[in-house]
Amino acid sequence: MNPRTETTLWILQRASAAVLALCVTVHLATIIYAVRGGLTAAEILARTRGNNAWLAFYALFVVAVSIHAPIGLRAVLGEWLGWRARSRDFALVLFAAALAWLGLHAVLGVFLG
Amino acid sequence: MKQHTSYRAFVVHRVSGIALACFLPAHFWVLGNALELDAFLKWTEQPLVKLGEWAIVVALAAHLGGGLRVLALEFLPWQSWQKSLAAAAGALVVAVGLAFALAL
Repeated sequence: MNPRTETTLWILQRASAAVLALCVTVHLATIIYAVRGGLTAAEILARTRGNNAWLAFYALFVVAVSIHAPIGLRAVLGEWLGWRARSRDFALVLFAAALAWLGLHAVLGVFLG
Repeated sequence: MKQHTSYRAFVVHRVSGIALACFLPAHFWVLGNALELDAFLKWTEQPLVKLGEWAIVVALAAHLGGGLRVLALEFLPWQSWQKSLAAAAGALVVAVGLAFALAL
């Protein structure tokens, strides 16, 4: 892959990491707050349905993670498994698309129902 | 080199990232089927599943701590306090691990 593409991927990885640092901090605090006393679907959906601020937050979270995770796996596959062929990037584009689709489907399900 | 704190931080960051990448599709799949959420939440009451939940939350905290360390090393001018970033990331993992275990 050419150096310009490698640089673009590096920038995307760091930019998505910066967004995720904020998202994960908020998500961890929410998890710890929400699990006290156990979780029920009704309790989760009461908190999320119709809440546009949380909808926007989690949509951004999904987009950032769909960029970040495949680029991270790309380095792992190249360095630890020696998989550097074009087929690796093709597989990771599919993984990114699957993550984005599943994640946005989940966000819409939980927030819009 | 493999005994060095930086190498350990690198391995923890990488392994936690792999765990999260494997977990996320399943996490999204379950949340995407919100109508069946209660049946799934009942399944998560099992002790081994709770242990798994705890481990993935700890992995998330570890990846956050390791990621903040990398961003600080790459983007901030070098200062001697940056040598303590791996310890700070470790402290974050312990704090989140304890807080989540107490909340479970």
